[in-house]
Amino acid sequence: MSFEESPAASGPQIVDDVPAGGRPILDMRDVAITFTTGSGSLHAVRKADLTIMPGETVAIVGESGSGKSTTALAAIGLLPGNGRVSAGQILLDGEDVAHAPERRMIELRGNTIGMVPQDPMSNLNPVWRIGYQVRETLRANGRPDGPADVARVLAEAGLPDAQRRARQYPHEFSGGMRQRALIAIALSCSPKLLIADEPTSALDVTVQRRILDHLETMTSELGTSVLLITHDLGLAAERADKVVVMYRGRVVESGPSLELLRNPLHPYTQRLVAKAPSLASRRIQVAKEAGLESGELLTPSAEAVEKAAEKAEATTAEAIEAEEVPAAAVPEAPSDDVLVIEDLTKVFRLRTGLGRGTDFTAVDGVSFRVQRGTTTALVGESGSGKSTVAQMVLQLLAPTSGRIVFDGIDTAGLDRRQLFAFRRRVQPIFQDPYGSLDPMYNIYRTIEEPLRTHRIGDRATRELKVRELLDQVALPQSAMQRYPNELSGGQRQRVAVARALALDPEVIICDEAVSALDVLVQAQVLNLLAELQERLGLTYLFITHDLAVVRQIADHVCVMEKGRLVETGTTDRVFDSPEKDYTRALLDAIPGGKLLLPPEVL
Amino acid sequence: MKPERTEGHYVAPLEETALEATDTLRVEEAPLSLWADAWRKLRRRPLFIVSSIMILALIFIALFPGVFTQVPPNNECLLANSEAGPREGHPFGFTFQGCDLFSRVIHGTQASLSVGILAVLCVLVIGVTFGALAGYYGGWLDAVLARLGDIFFALPLILGALVITQLPFFRENKSVWTVVVVIAMLAWPQMARITRGAVIEVRNADFVTAARSLGVSRFGALMRHVLPNALAPVIVLATLELGVFIVTEATLSFLGIGVPESVMSWGHDIAAAQVSIRTNPMILIYPSIALSLCVLSFIMLGDALRDALDPKSRER
Amino acid sequence: MIRYIVRRLLQVIPVFLGTTLLVYFMVFALPGDPIAALFGDRQPPQSVIDALRAQYNLDQPFIVQYGIFLKNLFTLNLGVDFTQQPIAATLARIFPVTAMLAVEALAIQAIFGVAFGLVAGLRRGKLFDSTVLVASLVVIAVPTFVLGFVFQLVFGVYLGWAKPTVGAQAGWGDLLLPAVVLGLVSFAYVLRLTRASVTENMNADYVRTATAKGLSRPRVVLAHILRNSMIPVVTYLGANLGGLMGGAIVTEGIFNVPGVGNKLYQATLRGEGPTIVAIVSILVLVFVLANLLVDLLYAWLDPRIRYEA
Repeated sequence: MSFEESPAASGPQIVDDVPAGGRPILDMRDVAITFTTGSGSLHAVRKADLTIMPGETVAIVGESGSGKSTTALAAIGLLPGNGRVSAGQILLDGEDVAHAPERRMIELRGNTIGMVPQDPMSNLNPVWRIGYQVRETLRANGRPDGPADVARVLAEAGLPDAQRRARQYPHEFSGGMRQRALIAIALSCSPKLLIADEPTSALDVTVQRRILDHLETMTSELGTSVLLITHDLGLAAERADKVVVMYRGRVVESGPSLELLRNPLHPYTQRLVAKAPSLASRRIQVAKEAGLESGELLTPSAEAVEKAAEKAEATTAEAIEAEEVPAAAVPEAPSDDVLVIEDLTKVFRLRTGLGRGTDFTAVDGVSFRVQRGTTTALVGESGSGKSTVAQMVLQLLAPTSGRIVFDGIDTAGLDRRQLFAFRRRVQPIFQDPYGSLDPMYNIYRTIEEPLRTHRIGDRATRELKVRELLDQVALPQSAMQRYPNELSGGQRQRVAVARALALDPEVIICDEAVSALDVLVQAQVLNLLAELQERLGLTYLFITHDLAVVRQIADHVCVMEKGRLVETGTTDRVFDSPEKDYTRALLDAIPGGKLLLPPEVL
Repeated sequence: MKPERTEGHYVAPLEETALEATDTLRVEEAPLSLWADAWRKLRRRPLFIVSSIMILALIFIALFPGVFTQVPPNNECLLANSEAGPREGHPFGFTFQGCDLFSRVIHGTQASLSVGILAVLCVLVIGVTFGALAGYYGGWLDAVLARLGDIFFALPLILGALVITQLPFFRENKSVWTVVVVIAMLAWPQMARITRGAVIEVRNADFVTAARSLGVSRFGALMRHVLPNALAPVIVLATLELGVFIVTEATLSFLGIGVPESVMSWGHDIAAAQVSIRTNPMILIYPSIALSLCVLSFIMLGDALRDALDPKSRER
Repeated sequence: MIRYIVRRLLQVIPVFLGTTLLVYFMVFALPGDPIAALFGDRQPPQSVIDALRAQYNLDQPFIVQYGIFLKNLFTLNLGVDFTQQPIAATLARIFPVTAMLAVEALAIQAIFGVAFGLVAGLRRGKLFDSTVLVASLVVIAVPTFVLGFVFQLVFGVYLGWAKPTVGAQAGWGDLLLPAVVLGLVSFAYVLRLTRASVTENMNADYVRTATAKGLSRPRVVLAHILRNSMIPVVTYLGANLGGLMGGAIVTEGIFNVPGVGNKLYQATLRGEGPTIVAIVSILVLVFVLANLLVDLLYAWLDPRIRYEA
């Protein structure tokens, strides 16, 4: 079975003795790339130097907009129409291709230089069978292109039952299978250099790891050099011999992977090393193995817990007055579980035809508790049902069965008025900072909306409150008149946090709240969330697929797989001694886990 | 060649690659709402400038035809003037019936514009309501409205109009309004479809869920968040349809089933000019040019709006 | 695929029933004597009125009337027109002419529209593109009947390249001028749609990947950009068949083409209600079936559609 873990090439070796006589397969010298836009020229990349020797894997690391993809696209001659190489040389196997005619590039593409793109969903043409898309590649590069050749190419990339698969369309493939097909296509004509542009960042972590392992095996067998583009320093260090760090269009630092991690010289690299979740998670692990105390920051201080309890009492008292909640509802459990989920199940009915349908159990008998003032992470891959749980907790989706008890009250029995009051106390923050703010509302209206909806205060006090909230999330008050499209992803997410805080809630459900952000911005938002928790005694339910982040912020972890809860426990317990194979597989998939680094280096 | 490039550890000079604060807010530009941004883009497009000037002129002509011609369009038609060429005070000459052509062309503006605008308003009301409800609530409502739309959709505009105008009610009460009703009846499904599609695209956006979970009611979220964000394609279609409906009115009048003979319409003029096509084609050409320019101005405006409101052109 | 076809077929039935019911209801179920109303102030011969009464079974309950109307429609028992000619026989004679006209117009708009649109899309922002864009707006803005007269005048009368009117014996060549007129507006729409969709697909990820595989430019353009751009164009062509029918009424009227549109045009001028209803019902049937065909073509072009629930 090809979906088993392929034996990965053991950890990267530090290549400190490159054969002096070898000619680099790719040598970029002082390259500048300029885009012509309506408002003038944009220098996307400047003074970029990059060398890849035969058989070597080099990673470019950087945040979005750093120019890392642009640099790689220039090497294969695929810059967008308004972009051009404005200075420098790009030597591909000794030949300068920076200004090569398109005809020459067509000859080179496929058999000298290939590319595995980022998003497997959009990179296969939906109207052609997979086999056809492999065959046209073989044919264009003058390779044998019979059905057997097509099947062989697909099978080599680890697609089982390749002959049948070749006759299917892309939409019949899962994301991981599509990426395998794309790898098959890119390597089908044995190129000397493969550009892999974030090849797995759109995939689930466990799939990610298997595919990267397979890619590594294949390229080392073929002797192909790889230019890996990634935003994850941990992943880069684990997979590449050399790492090139790019920042705002400049190469700020480059060198052998481990050397770079041990001894980052540029402040940007230093920050990346400090903040990358995969490395931070690894660092905690290493520190623990070394018997060091590391978790102090991770649990809220005693003070914060106290504050949370006070606040809870106050609001519960209020709630009693306002809602005439039965007295029995006052803190029933001394453990102070603000949220108790019991045997929660959600069954969706999928229509398959006229009047027929099949049941799909998205969430299957899930139970867990969330303690006041702490952070609980609900972890799982896509399709695990974690977001469905979040929707039900937010009362946006009715459970099929099971109970959600919030602060001692079963939410199933809430009437309209009580539900309205509930919404004041439980607020969400969503994943996509581009989709979670109404583009028609300016920042002031966005943050004010919850206040207006709940008829809190008058115009003046509301404005005061909005200003206060902007302060809390460290945004200037001048942002009030801005519109979401004028803000960056991290800033939008701060606005979303401010909106969630407007009603002074007790629980915040973060649905992949930082997944779409760049590493440093992500770290900033996570810090902000931790700070707010400490100050306001907030409780977080953190829905995420990213275990590295979980390690940094969560007190408790619940691992979900295919709608079921497979493991729960404190973060340290789950990370140190996972009980279930699935949890172990997830933990193993965190990039950088194989890095053998003594703690003092980190 | 720099020795550290091919081997070892390279660091860029710090003074060239100074670290900027993570995620700072750029404040040099004035805040821009979506509409303000679209307006700024529109203002510079020649297509938009030309079409708006044309439309404003057309509206002015429709409201105050007396400013342009004192000659009444209908009476004072002398058969002696039949197909006569242009002369002092009658720049376009005379029709087959001996009426002043310039006056008829000027007065025809009103019928075209009023039918177009009224029909678009009706289509907007029906189509947006149905489309938004179907798209937002889904379920059986969507199914019923979709089938209903399919039924009307299967009746092509001109064919349907042929049948409807044969009905006694419509035959006896021919007016601008009957034409408006006929067009609105047959053309709303298109608008409903576009609205439905746009609403479906927005309804699952996180900002709608966020609004719902902070206590905004389901209907409130539709009105406050979903609809405003679904309006761009609706506005574009409405503008384009204005042009299409003006063509439809003229076509129906040309076929003799549009506005009554007593109402000035370019369609009537063109139909009446058929007899003169070989002797004096200008009688046909003038109202044709007027009609085409009128339609062109709305089509151009729609095209300019489509470019300006396209969310893809707004990426940051 | 088979399931998709069956599902589409099942969806067509209620649409057809609903639309014919709508037409029938409007004409026959409103108060008043529908036969008298159909003719307005004109008086057809008594024998025509008698034939119509028998044809439409006006003494039966409404639903029975509608059933018989449907049965008549499917058995092509469409009654007689003013001159007591059976409408079905007339239709059988004139339908092929209209079909020829429609095929010619469709071919013109599809072939030229896609070709021009493709070139314009590939050269976005260049001179060809902007010229074609402005020209297409003008073409869209000129109504078909205006275009008909202008072409008749210029190509028929002044230049003498084609017969200004077609007349009784209509061949492919005779129909070329009316077909150009009929197809021109849609040609402009097809062009713009193709251009828009080519521009969009050119920036699609899979096109970049296809280039990165080493495919030649013509291959990328044909197999990936053009092939995928055909999907919205086919949808438009299907939805626009109705517009083509409406345009055929005007075009056949102007060029005196002995087709269905002309017959409808004449019937409209003379106020022959029953003939209009019969022909429109048949055309609705044709329209619905043609759209079904387009849907199948669509499913062939876009494999994703076949699997949608």
